Amino acid sequence: MPGLYRDEGIVLRTIKLGEADRIITFFTAETGKVRAVAKGVRKSGSRFGARLDPGSHVALQCYRGRDLDVVTQVETIDAFRSVREDYDSLVHAAAMFEVVDQFSPDREPNPSLFRMLLGALKTLNSTPSPVIAPAFFWKVLALEGLAPLLDACVRCGESDGPFPALDLTEGGVLCVECGALGGRRISPEGLALLVMLLGGGLHIVMAEPPASVVINEIEILGVHAVEHHIERRMRSAALL
Amino acid sequence: MSSLYEGPVQNLVDELGRLPGIGPKSAQRIAYHILKSPTEDAARLADALTEAKARVTWCQTCFNLAEGAECSFCRDDRRDRTIICVVEEPRDIVAIERTREFYGRYHVLQGAISPIEGIGPEQLRIHEILLRIEPEGVEEVILATNPNIEGEATAMYLAKLLKPLGIKVTRIASGLPVGGDLEYADEITLGRALEGRREV
Repeated sequence: MPGLYRDEGIVLRTIKLGEADRIITFFTAETGKVRAVAKGVRKSGSRFGARLDPGSHVALQCYRGRDLDVVTQVETIDAFRSVREDYDSLVHAAAMFEVVDQFSPDREPNPSLFRMLLGALKTLNSTPSPVIAPAFFWKVLALEGLAPLLDACVRCGESDGPFPALDLTEGGVLCVECGALGGRRISPEGLALLVMLLGGGLHIVMAEPPASVVINEIEILGVHAVEHHIERRMRSAALL
Repeated sequence: MSSLYEGPVQNLVDELGRLPGIGPKSAQRIAYHILKSPTEDAARLADALTEAKARVTWCQTCFNLAEGAECSFCRDDRRDRTIICVVEEPRDIVAIERTREFYGRYHVLQGAISPIEGIGPEQLRIHEILLRIEPEGVEEVILATNPNIEGEATAMYLAKLLKPLGIKVTRIASGLPVGGDLEYADEITLGRALEGRREV
């Protein structure tokens, strides 16, 4: 379907193209992931300016191309300035963008994921917290139908805890006996946090955040779980 | 495609095609141009390449391109030692030099922190700048990384690292390009231009 179209989207990443252009990867509300060329965006007098930097929520107009579209107009809805101007928030946002980029095929609409990313960015912008990114990783996995089983051993079905391990291949926790044979270690506090996050309790966790070591544990496990499903390393994880 | 030309011609096309921004068609065009031009022109190009590769290295102080151990800016005693301007790439030095507004020295990071690409501080020449502060008696560091997301991330990281050392850390101003239209300015640029306004 050639021609102009309008949508709203979040800039996931940008790649330099030629002398002064960039290829922008948008995650849009109606079309899903779209890649479009922004001509002259790297020149200081560009009419796009900072609107097409990663993390910007924009209303855009593009011309549909065969492979890449062409950005014709952009207007900022929210630039998430606090995220841009805080190193830790930016690193967390970058990891969220990579997860969305990796889980989204081109031009496949996913309004729930769009709303989730927008919500996560808004929260990160207004109340930055290290728990937002790990919560996002696990919620994206759940949205894609890859939520881990957390209330019974995924191997033997034992429903009485404790569950000291998490098996990413099987997709759930393991009881003491099964956990002795493999899986990644998970602390009782880590498991409780994961249950809380997947149960929609992010606001409660943010109000009373657990120890940073527990958040780190769930973040690392989240990165491993994402990498397990996308079958490649997350580049942005190196900076988390 | 690979066997359409005689060996040396194909080698030339392949080597030219490895250069950034040169596709197979452009590589063919440049190869034909070189083959059609006089022998001495081609020899001059070959000499320039070999000589540049043999003589140009990284300045051991600021990591700019240099002929010898230090670049011309680090060798120049007339330049102010107490101010260091941090840039991403050697070509940024050229842009700043063209302004004729800066008389200090430089430090080239050879890239920028990119959370999206997974490029972290340890892959850049960030540690090396810390080693320059005391011996050179540096009083101010100007962060002149690009005003995009990677450049801002790098500037934020450097500011966090340098401020505890008790030196003045400044960031180049963001604002409207001279000769541009206010109407087309994006919100972040215009916002920063307003924040950084000054009395006339």
